[in-house]
Amino acid sequence: MADVPMLEMKGITKRFPGVLANDNVDFDLYAGEVHTLLGENGAGKSTLMKVLYGLYQADEGEMRLNGEPVTITSPTSAIEHNIGMIHQHFMLVDTLTVAENVALGLHSSRGALTDLDAVSEKIVDLGSQYGLEIDPAATVWQLAVGQKQRVEIIKALYREAQLLILDEPTAVLTPQEVDQLFETLNQMTADGRGLIFISHKLHEVLALSDRITVLRQGRVTGYTTTEGATRASLASMMVGRDVKLAPDKPEVETGSAALEITGLRVIGDRGNVVIDGLDLDVRRGEILGIAGVSGNGQRELAETIAGLRDAEAGSISIAGTDVTNGRPVDVRAAGLAYVPEGRMKDGSIGLFTVAENLLLIDHNSKEFLDAGLLNFDAIRTHSQTLVDEFAVKTPSLDTPVRSLSGGNIQKLILARELSGTPNVLIASQPTRGVDIGAAEYIHKRLVAQRSEDTAILVISEDLDEIFGLSDRIAVMYEGRIMGIVDTSITREEIGLMMAGVTREEAAAG
Amino acid sequence: MSDFFTEAVLIATVAGGIRLAVPLLLAALGETFGQRSGVLNLGVDGIMLLGAFTGYYTVLKTGNVWYGLLAGIAIGIVLGLASSLISVTLQAEQGISGIGVYLFGLGMSDLLFQRLVGTPVPITKFPKIDIPGLSDIPWLGGMFFSHSVVVYLAFLSVPVAMFIINKTNFGMNIRAVGENPEAADSLGVSVSRVRYATVTIGGTLAGAAGAALAIDLGIFQQNLTNAQGFIAIALVYFGAWRPLGVMAGALLYGFVNSLVLQFKTLGIIPQSWSDIAAMAPAIITILALVIVARRFRAPSALTKPFTRGT
Ligand SMILES: Nc1ncnc2c1ncn2[C@@H]1O[C@H](COP(=O)(O)OP(=O)(O)O)[C@@H](O)[C@H]1O
Ligand SMILES: [Mg+2]
Repeated sequence: MADVPMLEMKGITKRFPGVLANDNVDFDLYAGEVHTLLGENGAGKSTLMKVLYGLYQADEGEMRLNGEPVTITSPTSAIEHNIGMIHQHFMLVDTLTVAENVALGLHSSRGALTDLDAVSEKIVDLGSQYGLEIDPAATVWQLAVGQKQRVEIIKALYREAQLLILDEPTAVLTPQEVDQLFETLNQMTADGRGLIFISHKLHEVLALSDRITVLRQGRVTGYTTTEGATRASLASMMVGRDVKLAPDKPEVETGSAALEITGLRVIGDRGNVVIDGLDLDVRRGEILGIAGVSGNGQRELAETIAGLRDAEAGSISIAGTDVTNGRPVDVRAAGLAYVPEGRMKDGSIGLFTVAENLLLIDHNSKEFLDAGLLNFDAIRTHSQTLVDEFAVKTPSLDTPVRSLSGGNIQKLILARELSGTPNVLIASQPTRGVDIGAAEYIHKRLVAQRSEDTAILVISEDLDEIFGLSDRIAVMYEGRIMGIVDTSITREEIGLMMAGVTREEAAAG
Repeated sequence: MSDFFTEAVLIATVAGGIRLAVPLLLAALGETFGQRSGVLNLGVDGIMLLGAFTGYYTVLKTGNVWYGLLAGIAIGIVLGLASSLISVTLQAEQGISGIGVYLFGLGMSDLLFQRLVGTPVPITKFPKIDIPGLSDIPWLGGMFFSHSVVVYLAFLSVPVAMFIINKTNFGMNIRAVGENPEAADSLGVSVSRVRYATVTIGGTLAGAAGAALAIDLGIFQQNLTNAQGFIAIALVYFGAWRPLGVMAGALLYGFVNSLVLQFKTLGIIPQSWSDIAAMAPAIITILALVIVARRFRAPSALTKPFTRGT
């Protein structure tokens, strides 16, 4: 490690109206290392990096590059200082080619005319050097997410970035793509570049980083070298108290299959087959996790079971009742509870209050009707009980749901769905975008429901969640189940199955 | 109807269609630049009207049609810069602010005309240039190679626009800024500089289109353009934001217009129908637009002002 850090940020403060996004933050980076910025959603990680990249101006604080004080007022000046940034959301022009995206904003060797041939050549060179193969002539919208990520990295390398910021680069990648990315990144640090890595996936942070700085509510709340850090220690630094990453699961005697799916075939929104010959049983008292990169038919599977989408062929039964192509009310009557993946879109009505949202599925039950009209006293009592029981943090029962945090909305939906005694519970991406504390609570409730003899189907892209919750794991790829495995399987094997490799091939490596 | 299928009438109809397409083509090409970069300028017709009056008045005073064309271009540059200021710097709602520019151009061109001229006096028109060799070809020569310089220039600007948009850095920046300004900005492309340039190109060509129209007709009157600036905006959609498509649309409009005029002159369309007939070009163009335009996607950032960091 060199003596002078390539980057020092001292006392950075950045305010937005009503929000202190960065509060007196110190951060540094040496050439040849990966320094991770870890924190929950909204902790201020992206803001700090946007200050460094010249997209925001800090209200207070100073920055030094290789010991020299600098002010970076725009991305142009960041690029001039050899800083590159891979943004949390791709910064690519979909309708342009790979070469055009790379060439944007650069000086052309042909003056006013583009020099895409020369640019393409260099893209191919960089690609073979860093394992980032890509066709420079491809139009960006045709690329898979992993390939788009490559274009982003090539853009930075092309501009000779020595300091590279990677803001949640793995969020949309498969485990294989993550491995590939990490290889590239390791090669970059070996070449003497410094990397700032942002993620909230703890095992990735541990695998890649040399040092870790933790942000919470805009402030630095923890710092550690990777040596000696564990997932649990990092999680408690992020949350500010001890957290259980995987819930304690008591032994439960599994019962009969409460959800039975045979030969299911479903047509997607674009008229293509999204689920093709799918068989699946979930027994009472077990949690079956469905692992897979999203977009492989998981959403359609949940929707079809819930009666929100028609099956072309096959059958679905819940607790012995055939509910194939039934209406949502009939499926619920058979004992289905459903936590959909889009909290705001499908799971709740943002403008309705907490109490109203809790009532959404029960509004016809006799308990809440008084001569055909809603009985508000009974509703309030019922709502208050649920809010207390599920620890939903809300100012009042009359607060519109959209002003709650993601974690609290999710708890609210769970409270509503579990208020009956469901035979089957489907939870789609139950903790996506939810803070660790709320995720811990949601996991605890799911496990508790398992002890109540409910058959639970958890659909998640988060392998930690799948491993932590499931009794059995089904891997879904292109509308089929690639195999059903137990939790002794390795992450690598699951990753391969998520990419379409069968169990046998995966085990053979 | 048999009157129509004579050499002279057919040649006149085609040549007339090409002539009538010119102001639309110029204005729509200019608007294409703005829209490709994400700015919708609804003020085109107003700029055309002021360009038309300025061009007309300059020719009236100097007797030189080229000074007239240049004057139209100059006023177009000024109004293009003003439009950029409104939509890029001040970030006004583009669906509304352009209407303001239109109303300003409509009112101002008429006011100036009443104050400075009063009764319409005809002016010199553009001279016709027969292209040596080509203009003697039977039929085709008369249709395509016996026009004023402005007509040739207007059609020449189509490949020029294609070249600029597809082959130059400026064009690449335009496409990037219209599709994903954040991405362009993060690579150091100045979104506002690109948009100022394109909207000003749009103003320039609209001013030229207006002057070309007035000097082609040799006259000015209130609302001379008769909403051609709005048709031009529709043509940009019709042409799917591509110069060739825009040219096809302008020619379609020009030919339908020319045909209607010819039919009226020959009495094929009764005089009592002339009002309805006058609407035909606009209706046909808009119908074609509805059918064609749905298949293409507008630039993603169209009508969206850009601020860094939101
Ligand atoms: N442009 C902005 N305007 C107002 N508030 C913002 C803006 N960007 C971020 N914030 C707020 O600043 C805080 C930190 O956000 P961010 O840096 O994006 O967090 P992270 O990247 O750690 O998830 C959040 O409360 C967020 O709502
Ligand atoms: Mg962020």
